Amino acid sequence: MSELDVQPELVSELLVSFLREEVTCAGLGRVVVGLSGGVDSAVVVALCARALGAENVLGVMLPYRLSNPESLADAERVARCLGLPTRRVDISAMADGYLGPAGIADARRRGNVLARCRMIVLYDLSVEWPGLVIGTSNKSEILLGYSTLWGDAAHALNPIGDLYKHQVYQLARFLELPAEVLAKPPSADLFAGQTDEAELGFTYAEADRVLYRMVDRRHSEEELVAAGFERELVRRITARIVASQYKRLPPVIAKLSRRTVGHDFRYLRDWKK
Amino acid sequence: MECRLVVAQTNPTLGDLRANLEDHLARIDAAAGAADLILFPELSLTGYFLRDQVEEVALRPEDALLAPLLERSRRISIAFGFVERSPGGRLYNALGFLEDGRFLGIHRKVHLVSYGLFDEGRDFAAGERFQVIESRHGRFGPLICEDMWHTPSAYSYFLDDVDALLVASASPARGAEQPGPGLASERTWNLLLSASALLYRTWVAFASRVGWEDGLGFTGGSRVLDPHANTRAMLAERVPGAIAAVLDSGTLRRARGELPLRRDERPEVLAAALARHVPLLAALRAEHALQHE
Repeated sequence: MSELDVQPELVSELLVSFLREEVTCAGLGRVVVGLSGGVDSAVVVALCARALGAENVLGVMLPYRLSNPESLADAERVARCLGLPTRRVDISAMADGYLGPAGIADARRRGNVLARCRMIVLYDLSVEWPGLVIGTSNKSEILLGYSTLWGDAAHALNPIGDLYKHQVYQLARFLELPAEVLAKPPSADLFAGQTDEAELGFTYAEADRVLYRMVDRRHSEEELVAAGFERELVRRITARIVASQYKRLPPVIAKLSRRTVGHDFRYLRDWKK
Repeated sequence: MECRLVVAQTNPTLGDLRANLEDHLARIDAAAGAADLILFPELSLTGYFLRDQVEEVALRPEDALLAPLLERSRRISIAFGFVERSPGGRLYNALGFLEDGRFLGIHRKVHLVSYGLFDEGRDFAAGERFQVIESRHGRFGPLICEDMWHTPSAYSYFLDDVDALLVASASPARGAEQPGPGLASERTWNLLLSASALLYRTWVAFASRVGWEDGLGFTGGSRVLDPHANTRAMLAERVPGAIAAVLDSGTLRRARGELPLRRDERPEVLAAALARHVPLLAALRAEHALQHE
């Protein structure tokens, strides 16, 4: 029992109703989701299938020539288990067409290019399918800024953006997703052998407990340290949150007029007249 | 008093007055004949997170758009949520009460909510009174959502011996952690409503909206509680619908006879306490003391 534990049945019910209403409100009944083979996208497609019917959820697999073949196998396993229509688009030629001639060797730059190639394909398929692109970033990633701007961070709706990784796993077990997907270490699979936790320098289990206290319960650094968390960890997490705030907001517009988009032109997306 | 009440649980379309009006009319027509009063949720005619749309959907009570509602109020009394534009141009989060083809009362939300995900203080002017609605079907105390968090709101109607509190709400879902059951926000509402029914020995009708606005989900749970806080009707599912209950004076009489809290209430003790906190009251009190020296 963890203080982060949610009520998975309740969360699932709410998120299914969210997807059903917000997708329909956009004038569509179908969605497009990038299926990585990981737990986040698996949970998202499972919720979408419950909300809209599996036949309306296009699971898109977007392997690169250096991707771990197990990722593709797990993605197919998830799609099969839920009965989703799928599409496989190999992004190697697309990505290498830029990466090769430009001679880009830096792993971070290459990773970002792959994430953005995948975004291009998903948004293009959203027109062909047609359906809304549904995001698969969880709250831990969003707060830590562990995402590519205009890459995996680009989408219309995100059902799991208010769930920490721990809570995503809870939901995955409730939704009875394949054990393989739950068992493997989280990885963006942007280069060989990459794991989220090695790259971040701490585990999701550690980060989630700090993030929950810090963000949800508004505990101060002193309170966190007094509760037994390492000050160094707390500070590293805080620094990541602050440094990645730009990824969580729309671009900055310089205000000149009386009413300015992004400042004081205040309407919801669900704006109707 | 015997009031056949219908509580409508709706999912308004944000900013679409005409679509929401149509939905109101359909629900009113379905209830009319079998009910004396229909209660709608907060801002039922406009949707909740209006922001800059507040100005665009605001209505004067005499606005032609409201004519079909006024017309229907000859058959059934109607309490509905809207943005009221006052003669002076202020905008209120309001609950209109229509009966016999006219506005019998308008409650302007007194306690605007401006914390967390809310920003009503920016968009609305605050109401300044709790005024009983003297309907042909009973004496009603209208309240809007956050009003319920401030005990003087329902207390004020308690002093006025209302038959029922009419609570209109739009409450966003929050708090899905263990242990349940349900959302923390839903459990809180249950406590607030039950406590008010018990402490003020009154019927409590709660109209709460459902649906989503940009990722914020509204939790419904519309219900009618009797003065013992027993649930007489409830729509537990988070979907649009309606519930019905009969509010009768016999139940009120028995509840108040059993526990005569209003009889034994001593508002003058509260008045003395208030005089310590409200400078104007303290001044009046001092003046009163001088005059009677």
